[in-house]
Amino acid sequence: MDEVQFIGINSIPIVALMSTFMGAVISLQTASNMDSPLLPAYTVGYITQSSIILEFSPTIISLILAGKVGSNIASEIGTMRITEQIDALEIMGVNSINHLMLPKILASVIYFPILIVFSMFLGMFGGFLALVISDLQTTETYILGLRSWFDPYNIFYALTKTVAFGFIIVSVSSFYGYYVKGGSLDVGKASTKAVVISSVVILIANFIITKLMLL
Amino acid sequence: MISVRNVNKTFGKQQVLFDVSADFEPGRINLIIGQSGQGKSVLAKSMVGLHEVDSGQILFDQRDFTTMQKSERSEIRQEIGMLFQGSALFDSMTVEENIKFPLSMFTKMTKKEMQDRVDFCLDRVNLQGRNALFPSECSGGMQKRVGIARAIAMNPKYLFCDEPNSGLDPKTAIVIDNLIRDITYEYGITTIVITHDMNSVMEIGDKVIFIHQGKKWWEGDRHSIITTDNPEIEAFVFASEFMKEIRSSLKAQNS
Repeated sequence: MDEVQFIGINSIPIVALMSTFMGAVISLQTASNMDSPLLPAYTVGYITQSSIILEFSPTIISLILAGKVGSNIASEIGTMRITEQIDALEIMGVNSINHLMLPKILASVIYFPILIVFSMFLGMFGGFLALVISDLQTTETYILGLRSWFDPYNIFYALTKTVAFGFIIVSVSSFYGYYVKGGSLDVGKASTKAVVISSVVILIANFIITKLMLL
Repeated sequence: MISVRNVNKTFGKQQVLFDVSADFEPGRINLIIGQSGQGKSVLAKSMVGLHEVDSGQILFDQRDFTTMQKSERSEIRQEIGMLFQGSALFDSMTVEENIKFPLSMFTKMTKKEMQDRVDFCLDRVNLQGRNALFPSECSGGMQKRVGIARAIAMNPKYLFCDEPNSGLDPKTAIVIDNLIRDITYEYGITTIVITHDMNSVMEIGDKVIFIHQGKKWWEGDRHSIITTDNPEIEAFVFASEFMKEIRSSLKAQNS
Protein backbone atom coordinates (compact mmCIF):
# COMPACT_ATOMS: atom_id res chain seq x y z
CA MET A 1 0.00 0.00 0.00
CA ASP A 2 2.93 2.34 0.72
CA GLU A 3 4.24 1.67 -2.76
CA VAL A 4 0.84 2.47 -4.31
CA GLN A 5 0.87 5.74 -2.38
CA PHE A 6 4.44 6.49 -3.38
CA ILE A 7 4.33 5.40 -7.02
CA GLY A 8 0.69 6.02 -7.90
CA ILE A 9 -1.08 8.57 -5.76
CA ASN A 10 1.86 10.95 -5.23
CA SER A 11 2.29 11.19 -9.00
CA ILE A 12 -1.27 12.40 -9.64
CA PRO A 13 -0.56 16.16 -9.29
CA ILE A 14 2.32 16.25 -11.79
CA VAL A 15 0.47 13.96 -14.23
CA ALA A 16 -2.66 16.15 -13.98
CA LEU A 17 -0.73 19.38 -14.49
CA MET A 18 1.33 18.10 -17.41
CA SER A 19 -1.60 16.40 -19.14
CA THR A 20 -3.98 19.36 -18.95
CA PHE A 21 -1.48 21.90 -20.25
CA MET A 22 0.05 19.64 -22.88
CA GLY A 23 -3.43 18.67 -24.12
CA ALA A 24 -4.27 22.36 -24.37
CA VAL A 25 -1.07 23.14 -26.28
CA ILE A 26 -1.48 20.16 -28.65
CA SER A 27 -5.00 21.28 -29.58
CA LEU A 28 -3.98 24.95 -30.01
CA GLN A 29 -0.98 24.07 -32.18
CA THR A 30 -3.09 21.71 -34.27
CA ALA A 31 -5.79 24.37 -34.69
CA SER A 32 -3.23 26.99 -35.68
CA ASN A 33 -1.88 24.71 -38.44
CA MET A 34 -5.29 23.60 -39.78
CA ASP A 35 -5.97 26.59 -41.97
CA SER A 36 -6.93 24.70 -45.12
CA PRO A 37 -10.65 24.98 -45.93
CA LEU A 38 -10.50 21.38 -47.25
CA LEU A 39 -9.92 20.04 -43.74
CA PRO A 40 -13.03 19.66 -41.60
CA ALA A 41 -12.98 21.57 -38.28
CA TYR A 42 -13.32 18.40 -36.23
CA THR A 43 -9.85 17.26 -37.46
CA VAL A 44 -8.38 19.24 -34.53
CA GLY A 45 -10.23 17.06 -32.03
CA TYR A 46 -9.26 13.90 -33.87
CA ILE A 47 -5.54 14.79 -33.99
CA THR A 48 -5.57 15.83 -30.34
CA GLN A 49 -7.18 12.51 -29.37
CA SER A 50 -4.73 10.47 -31.47
CA SER A 51 -1.65 12.34 -30.25
CA ILE A 52 -2.66 12.02 -26.63
CA ILE A 53 -3.71 8.36 -26.72
CA LEU A 54 -0.94 7.06 -28.95
CA GLU A 55 2.06 9.01 -27.77
CA PHE A 56 1.73 11.82 -25.29
CA SER A 57 0.09 10.01 -22.37
CA PRO A 58 1.88 6.65 -22.53
CA THR A 59 5.34 7.82 -23.58
CA ILE A 60 5.84 11.42 -22.49
CA ILE A 61 4.14 10.91 -19.13
CA SER A 62 6.20 7.74 -18.62
CA LEU A 63 9.37 9.75 -19.31
CA ILE A 64 8.25 12.27 -16.70
CA LEU A 65 7.51 9.45 -14.27
CA ALA A 66 10.97 8.04 -14.99
CA GLY A 67 12.33 11.33 -13.64
CA LYS A 68 10.08 11.50 -10.63
CA VAL A 69 9.54 7.88 -9.58
CA GLY A 70 12.81 6.48 -11.00
CA SER A 71 15.08 8.92 -9.19
CA ASN A 72 13.12 8.38 -5.99
CA ILE A 73 13.44 4.59 -6.18
CA ALA A 74 17.15 4.69 -7.02
CA SER A 75 17.95 7.08 -4.18
CA GLU A 76 15.75 5.21 -1.68
CA ILE A 77 17.30 1.81 -2.41
CA GLY A 78 20.78 3.35 -2.81
CA THR A 79 20.52 4.97 0.62
CA MET A 80 19.40 1.63 2.06
CA ARG A 81 22.50 0.07 0.49
CA ILE A 82 25.05 2.56 1.84
CA THR A 83 23.47 2.61 5.31
CA GLU A 84 23.66 -1.23 5.45
CA GLN A 85 19.88 -1.65 5.63
CA ILE A 86 20.07 -4.10 2.71
CA ASP A 87 22.82 -6.03 4.51
CA ALA A 88 20.53 -6.14 7.55
CA LEU A 89 17.78 -7.69 5.42
CA GLU A 90 20.18 -10.25 3.97
CA ILE A 91 21.49 -11.25 7.39
CA MET A 92 17.95 -11.76 8.64
CA GLY A 93 17.53 -14.23 5.78
CA VAL A 94 15.23 -11.99 3.74
CA ASN A 95 15.61 -12.04 -0.04
CA SER A 96 16.30 -8.32 -0.33
CA ILE A 97 15.75 -8.09 -4.10
CA ASN A 98 12.30 -9.64 -3.83
CA HIS A 99 11.44 -7.69 -0.72
CA LEU A 100 12.43 -4.30 -2.12
CA MET A 101 11.59 -4.58 -5.81
CA LEU A 102 8.56 -6.82 -6.16
CA PRO A 103 6.07 -4.48 -4.42
CA LYS A 104 7.38 -1.57 -6.48
CA ILE A 105 7.10 -3.47 -9.76
CA LEU A 106 3.57 -4.64 -8.91
CA ALA A 107 2.51 -1.12 -7.90
CA SER A 108 3.92 0.33 -11.10
CA VAL A 109 2.42 -2.17 -13.55
CA ILE A 110 -0.98 -1.82 -11.85
CA TYR A 111 -1.00 1.93 -11.21
CA PHE A 112 0.84 3.34 -14.21
CA PRO A 113 -1.99 2.32 -16.60
CA ILE A 114 -4.53 3.98 -14.26
CA LEU A 115 -2.41 7.14 -14.24
CA ILE A 116 -2.13 7.07 -18.02
CA VAL A 117 -5.90 6.68 -18.55
CA PHE A 118 -6.34 9.61 -16.16
CA SER A 119 -3.78 11.55 -18.20
CA MET A 120 -5.65 10.78 -21.45
CA PHE A 121 -8.89 12.20 -20.08
CA LEU A 122 -7.20 15.29 -18.70
CA GLY A 123 -5.22 15.84 -21.90
CA MET A 124 -8.38 15.81 -23.98
CA PHE A 125 -10.11 17.97 -21.40
CA GLY A 126 -7.21 20.45 -21.57
CA GLY A 127 -7.62 20.57 -25.35
CA PHE A 128 -11.32 21.21 -24.92
CA LEU A 129 -10.72 24.06 -22.47
CA ALA A 130 -8.13 25.70 -24.70
CA LEU A 131 -10.25 25.53 -27.85
CA VAL A 132 -13.56 26.47 -26.31
CA ILE A 133 -12.23 29.25 -24.08
CA SER A 134 -10.30 30.68 -27.04
CA ASP A 135 -13.49 30.44 -29.06
CA LEU A 136 -11.69 28.47 -31.78
CA GLN A 137 -14.24 25.63 -31.81
CA THR A 138 -17.58 24.67 -30.39
CA THR A 139 -17.93 21.91 -27.85
CA GLU A 140 -19.86 19.76 -30.36
CA THR A 141 -17.17 20.03 -33.07
CA TYR A 142 -14.37 19.18 -30.65
CA ILE A 143 -16.23 16.16 -29.24
CA LEU A 144 -17.10 15.01 -32.76
CA GLY A 145 -13.36 15.13 -33.52
CA LEU A 146 -12.51 13.15 -30.39
CA ARG A 147 -14.99 10.44 -31.38
CA SER A 148 -13.99 10.29 -35.06
CA TRP A 149 -12.15 7.14 -36.16
CA PHE A 150 -11.70 6.15 -32.55
CA ASP A 151 -10.08 2.72 -32.42
CA PRO A 152 -10.22 0.88 -29.04
CA TYR A 153 -7.09 -1.04 -30.10
CA ASN A 154 -5.14 2.21 -29.63
CA ILE A 155 -6.04 2.15 -25.94
CA PHE A 156 -4.84 -1.44 -25.70
CA TYR A 157 -1.61 -0.47 -27.47
CA ALA A 158 -1.10 2.54 -25.17
CA LEU A 159 -1.70 0.56 -21.99
CA THR A 160 0.56 -2.27 -23.14
CA LYS A 161 3.32 0.28 -23.65
CA THR A 162 2.61 1.77 -20.24
CA VAL A 163 2.94 -1.57 -18.46
CA ALA A 164 6.27 -2.14 -20.22
CA PHE A 165 7.48 1.37 -19.36
CA GLY A 166 6.43 0.98 -15.71
CA PHE A 167 8.40 -2.24 -15.48
CA ILE A 168 11.43 -0.59 -17.12
CA ILE A 169 11.38 2.45 -14.82
CA VAL A 170 11.17 0.41 -11.61
CA SER A 171 13.58 -2.36 -12.59
CA VAL A 172 16.28 -0.07 -14.04
CA SER A 173 16.05 2.37 -11.11
CA SER A 174 16.06 -0.43 -8.55
CA PHE A 175 19.10 -1.98 -10.23
CA TYR A 176 21.12 1.24 -10.06
CA GLY A 177 20.05 1.83 -6.45
CA TYR A 178 20.70 -1.74 -5.34
CA TYR A 179 24.23 -1.96 -6.71
CA VAL A 180 25.41 1.50 -5.65
CA LYS A 181 28.80 1.59 -3.90
CA GLY A 182 30.27 4.43 -1.90
CA GLY A 183 28.53 7.34 -0.22
CA SER A 184 25.81 9.91 -0.71
CA LEU A 185 27.53 11.38 -3.78
CA ASP A 186 27.36 7.97 -5.45
CA VAL A 187 23.67 7.66 -4.56
CA GLY A 188 23.08 10.95 -6.38
CA LYS A 189 25.04 9.71 -9.41
CA ALA A 190 23.14 6.41 -9.39
CA SER A 191 19.87 8.31 -9.26
CA THR A 192 20.81 10.44 -12.27
CA LYS A 193 22.04 7.41 -14.17
CA ALA A 194 18.83 5.54 -13.39
CA VAL A 195 16.73 8.34 -14.89
CA VAL A 196 18.90 8.66 -18.02
CA ILE A 197 19.08 4.91 -18.70
CA SER A 198 15.35 4.40 -17.96
CA SER A 199 14.51 7.19 -20.43
CA VAL A 200 16.74 5.74 -23.15
CA VAL A 201 15.34 2.22 -22.62
CA ILE A 202 11.78 3.62 -22.72
CA LEU A 203 12.47 5.31 -26.07
CA ILE A 204 13.92 2.09 -27.54
CA ALA A 205 11.07 -0.01 -26.13
CA ASN A 206 8.58 2.50 -27.50
CA PHE A 207 10.01 2.02 -30.99
CA ILE A 208 10.01 -1.79 -30.73
CA ILE A 209 6.48 -2.06 -29.27
CA THR A 210 5.11 0.37 -31.88
CA LYS A 211 6.73 -1.62 -34.67
CA LEU A 212 5.31 -4.86 -33.26
CA MET A 213 1.80 -3.67 -32.46
CA LEU A 214 0.94 -1.02 -35.02
CA LEU A 215 2.68 -2.16 -38.19
CA MET B 1 30.28 -22.25 18.72
CA ILE B 2 31.47 -20.63 15.51
CA SER B 3 34.67 -21.93 13.98
CA VAL B 4 36.60 -20.32 11.17
CA ARG B 5 39.01 -22.64 9.38
CA ASN B 6 41.75 -21.47 7.00
CA VAL B 7 39.69 -18.68 5.46
CA ASN B 8 41.14 -16.77 2.52
CA LYS B 9 39.47 -13.84 0.82
CA THR B 10 40.56 -11.66 -2.08
CA PHE B 11 38.98 -8.63 -3.72
CA GLY B 12 40.21 -8.52 -7.30
CA LYS B 13 43.96 -8.98 -7.06
CA GLN B 14 44.21 -7.88 -3.45
CA GLN B 15 44.18 -10.61 -0.83
CA VAL B 16 42.52 -9.35 2.35
CA LEU B 17 42.41 -12.46 4.55
CA PHE B 18 45.24 -14.99 4.76
CA ASP B 19 44.47 -18.43 6.13
CA VAL B 20 42.55 -17.17 9.18
CA SER B 21 41.43 -19.76 11.73
CA ALA B 22 39.69 -19.09 15.04
CA ASP B 23 37.07 -20.45 17.42
CA PHE B 24 34.36 -18.28 18.94
CA GLU B 25 32.84 -19.79 22.03
CA PRO B 26 29.24 -19.56 23.26
CA GLY B 27 28.37 -17.50 26.31
CA ARG B 28 31.49 -15.40 25.86
CA ILE B 29 32.24 -12.11 24.17
CA ASN B 30 34.74 -12.69 21.41
CA LEU B 31 36.41 -9.52 20.20
CA ILE B 32 38.06 -9.10 16.83
CA ILE B 33 40.35 -6.09 17.01
CA GLY B 34 42.85 -4.46 14.72
CA GLN B 35 43.67 -1.28 12.91
CA SER B 36 41.40 0.03 10.18
CA GLY B 37 41.81 -1.74 6.85
CA GLN B 38 43.38 -4.90 8.29
CA GLY B 39 40.47 -7.20 7.41
CA LYS B 40 38.44 -7.55 10.60
CA SER B 41 35.15 -6.32 9.08
CA VAL B 42 35.75 -8.49 6.00
CA LEU B 43 36.22 -11.46 8.30
CA ALA B 44 32.96 -10.73 10.13
CA LYS B 45 31.04 -10.12 6.90
CA SER B 46 32.44 -13.34 5.46
CA MET B 47 31.24 -15.18 8.55
CA VAL B 48 27.65 -14.01 8.05
CA GLY B 49 27.78 -14.60 4.30
CA LEU B 50 27.80 -11.00 3.10
CA HIS B 51 31.11 -11.87 1.38
CA GLU B 52 31.86 -15.27 -0.13
CA VAL B 53 35.21 -16.68 1.00
CA ASP B 54 37.66 -17.97 -1.61
CA SER B 55 38.62 -21.00 0.47
CA GLY B 56 38.22 -22.31 4.00
CA GLN B 57 35.29 -23.20 6.20
CA ILE B 58 32.92 -21.30 8.47
CA LEU B 59 31.19 -23.66 10.87
CA PHE B 60 28.15 -22.72 12.94
CA ASP B 61 27.97 -25.53 15.51
CA GLN B 62 29.65 -27.88 13.01
CA ARG B 63 27.34 -26.80 10.15
CA ASP B 64 29.49 -25.64 7.23
CA PHE B 65 28.05 -22.31 6.13
CA THR B 66 30.34 -22.02 3.09
CA THR B 67 28.97 -25.08 1.29
CA MET B 68 25.30 -24.51 2.10
CA GLN B 69 22.49 -23.84 -0.35
CA LYS B 70 20.70 -20.49 -0.10
CA SER B 71 17.70 -21.98 1.72
CA GLU B 72 19.92 -23.69 4.30
CA ARG B 73 21.81 -20.44 4.83
CA SER B 74 18.53 -18.66 5.37
CA GLU B 75 17.79 -21.01 8.28
CA ILE B 76 21.14 -20.24 9.91
CA ARG B 77 20.71 -16.54 9.30
CA GLN B 78 17.54 -16.62 11.34
CA GLU B 79 19.75 -17.70 14.25
CA ILE B 80 22.03 -14.70 13.72
CA GLY B 81 21.48 -11.23 15.13
CA MET B 82 23.63 -8.39 13.90
CA LEU B 83 24.22 -4.91 15.21
CA PHE B 84 25.64 -2.71 12.46
CA GLN B 85 28.11 0.14 12.79
CA GLY B 86 25.47 2.66 11.72
CA SER B 87 22.65 0.64 13.36
CA ALA B 88 21.07 0.01 9.90
CA LEU B 89 17.56 0.56 11.22
CA PHE B 90 14.90 0.72 8.52
CA ASP B 91 14.26 4.44 8.44
CA SER B 92 10.77 4.16 6.98
CA MET B 93 9.67 2.12 10.02
CA THR B 94 9.14 3.06 13.65
CA VAL B 95 11.21 1.52 16.44
CA GLU B 96 8.43 -1.00 17.07
CA GLU B 97 8.10 -1.93 13.39
CA ASN B 98 11.86 -2.40 13.15
CA ILE B 99 11.84 -4.93 15.98
CA LYS B 100 8.65 -6.57 14.74
CA PHE B 101 10.00 -6.97 11.20
CA PRO B 102 11.95 -10.25 11.62
CA LEU B 103 9.15 -11.65 13.79
CA SER B 104 6.53 -10.98 11.13
CA MET B 105 8.78 -12.40 8.40
CA PHE B 106 9.87 -15.63 10.06
CA THR B 107 7.56 -16.57 12.89
CA LYS B 108 3.91 -17.49 13.16
CA MET B 109 3.41 -15.38 16.29
CA THR B 110 0.06 -13.78 16.86
CA LYS B 111 -0.13 -9.97 16.98
CA LYS B 112 -0.34 -10.10 20.76
CA GLU B 113 2.73 -12.36 21.01
CA MET B 114 4.67 -10.10 18.68
CA GLN B 115 3.70 -7.03 20.67
CA ASP B 116 4.78 -8.73 23.89
CA ARG B 117 8.11 -9.70 22.34
CA VAL B 118 8.70 -6.14 21.07
CA ASP B 119 7.90 -4.70 24.49
CA PHE B 120 10.18 -7.26 26.15
CA CYS B 121 13.09 -6.42 23.81
CA LEU B 122 12.59 -2.69 24.28
CA ASP B 123 12.42 -3.20 28.03
CA ARG B 124 15.63 -5.23 27.87
CA VAL B 125 17.51 -2.31 26.28
CA ASN B 126 15.84 0.27 28.54
CA LEU B 127 13.73 1.87 25.83
CA GLN B 128 10.27 1.28 27.26
CA GLY B 129 7.56 3.35 25.62
CA ARG B 130 9.69 4.47 22.67
CA ASN B 131 7.77 2.23 20.26
CA ALA B 132 6.40 4.99 18.06
CA LEU B 133 9.64 6.89 17.45
CA PHE B 134 11.28 6.82 14.03
CA PRO B 135 15.06 6.14 13.86
CA SER B 136 15.66 9.76 12.80
CA GLU B 137 14.08 10.86 16.09
CA CYS B 138 16.48 8.72 18.17
CA SER B 139 19.95 9.67 19.41
CA GLY B 140 22.99 7.61 18.32
CA GLY B 141 22.97 5.62 21.57
CA MET B 142 19.23 4.95 21.29
CA GLN B 143 19.65 3.78 17.71
CA LYS B 144 22.29 1.29 18.85
CA ARG B 145 19.99 0.03 21.58
CA VAL B 146 17.13 -0.35 19.10
CA GLY B 147 19.62 -2.21 16.87
CA ILE B 148 20.38 -4.56 19.76
CA ALA B 149 16.67 -5.00 20.49
CA ARG B 150 16.07 -5.92 16.85
CA ALA B 151 19.07 -8.26 16.86
CA ILE B 152 17.79 -10.19 19.90
CA ALA B 153 14.12 -10.24 18.82
CA MET B 154 14.47 -13.70 17.26
CA ASN B 155 16.38 -15.14 20.25
CA PRO B 156 19.61 -15.50 18.24
CA LYS B 157 22.26 -18.11 18.97
CA TYR B 158 24.92 -15.89 17.44
CA LEU B 159 25.28 -12.13 17.80
CA PHE B 160 27.58 -10.05 15.60
CA CYS B 161 28.33 -6.44 16.54
CA ASP B 162 30.23 -4.34 14.02
CA GLU B 163 31.92 -1.47 15.87
CA PRO B 164 29.02 -1.00 18.29
CA ASN B 165 30.62 2.04 19.93
CA SER B 166 31.60 4.05 16.90
CA GLY B 167 30.32 7.61 17.12
CA LEU B 168 29.28 7.31 20.77
CA ASP B 169 30.59 9.20 23.78
CA PRO B 170 32.60 7.07 26.27
CA LYS B 171 29.75 6.86 28.80
CA THR B 172 27.14 5.73 26.26
CA ALA B 173 29.73 3.35 24.78
CA ILE B 174 30.06 1.66 28.18
CA VAL B 175 26.25 1.37 28.42
CA ILE B 176 26.22 -0.42 25.04
CA ASP B 177 29.15 -2.66 26.05
CA ASN B 178 27.42 -3.63 29.29
CA LEU B 179 24.21 -4.36 27.43
CA ILE B 180 26.04 -6.65 24.98
CA ARG B 181 27.78 -8.40 27.88
CA ASP B 182 24.58 -8.89 29.91
CA ILE B 183 22.67 -10.27 26.92
CA THR B 184 25.54 -12.61 26.00
CA TYR B 185 25.81 -14.09 29.49
CA GLU B 186 22.07 -14.19 30.10
CA TYR B 187 21.18 -16.10 26.94
CA GLY B 188 24.46 -17.96 26.33
CA ILE B 189 24.88 -16.33 22.92
CA THR B 190 28.06 -16.64 20.87
CA THR B 191 28.89 -12.96 20.54
CA ILE B 192 31.46 -11.55 18.15
CA VAL B 193 32.32 -7.87 18.43
CA ILE B 194 34.42 -6.06 15.83
CA THR B 195 36.06 -3.06 17.44
CA HIS B 196 39.13 -0.90 17.70
CA ASP B 197 37.93 0.73 20.90
CA MET B 198 40.34 -0.20 23.71
CA ASN B 199 37.74 0.73 26.34
CA SER B 200 35.56 -2.05 24.94
CA VAL B 201 38.46 -4.47 24.94
CA MET B 202 39.07 -3.79 28.62
CA GLU B 203 35.39 -3.83 29.52
CA ILE B 204 34.08 -6.93 27.73
CA GLY B 205 36.97 -8.77 26.05
CA ASP B 206 36.56 -12.37 27.24
CA LYS B 207 38.49 -13.47 24.21
CA VAL B 208 40.44 -11.14 21.93
CA ILE B 209 41.70 -11.87 18.44
CA PHE B 210 44.06 -9.37 16.86
CA ILE B 211 43.95 -9.18 13.07
CA HIS B 212 46.93 -7.62 11.36
CA GLN B 213 47.64 -7.51 7.61
CA GLY B 214 44.78 -9.93 7.03
CA LYS B 215 46.22 -12.58 9.36
CA LYS B 216 45.33 -13.70 12.85
CA TRP B 217 48.30 -12.14 14.59
CA TRP B 218 47.51 -12.79 18.23
CA GLU B 219 44.89 -14.39 20.47
CA GLY B 220 44.29 -13.86 24.17
CA ASP B 221 42.04 -11.98 26.57
CA ARG B 222 41.72 -8.50 28.03
CA HIS B 223 44.30 -9.22 30.70
CA SER B 224 46.99 -10.78 28.53
CA ILE B 225 46.72 -8.03 25.91
CA ILE B 226 48.18 -5.55 28.39
CA THR B 227 51.21 -7.65 29.17
CA THR B 228 52.02 -9.17 25.78
CA ASP B 229 55.31 -8.22 24.17
CA ASN B 230 53.99 -8.58 20.65
CA PRO B 231 55.25 -5.37 18.99
CA GLU B 232 52.22 -4.94 16.68
CA ILE B 233 49.83 -5.25 19.63
CA GLU B 234 51.89 -2.81 21.62
CA ALA B 235 51.79 -0.35 18.75
CA PHE B 236 48.01 -0.76 18.52
CA VAL B 237 47.07 -0.74 22.20
CA PHE B 238 49.58 1.83 23.34
CA ALA B 239 49.39 4.14 20.36
CA SER B 240 49.34 7.48 22.17
CA GLU B 241 52.18 8.97 24.23
CA PHE B 242 49.93 8.90 27.29
CA MET B 243 49.27 5.17 26.88
CA LYS B 244 52.99 4.55 26.33
CA GLU B 245 53.68 6.21 29.67
CA ILE B 246 51.10 3.93 31.31
CA ARG B 247 52.76 0.97 29.63
CA SER B 248 56.19 2.00 30.98
CA SER B 249 54.86 2.42 34.51
CA LEU B 250 53.11 -0.96 34.31
CA LYS B 251 56.36 -2.59 33.22
CA ALA B 252 58.23 -0.82 36.01
CA GLN B 253 55.69 -2.07 38.55
CA ASN B 254 55.95 -5.64 37.22
CA SER B 255 59.75 -5.64 37.34
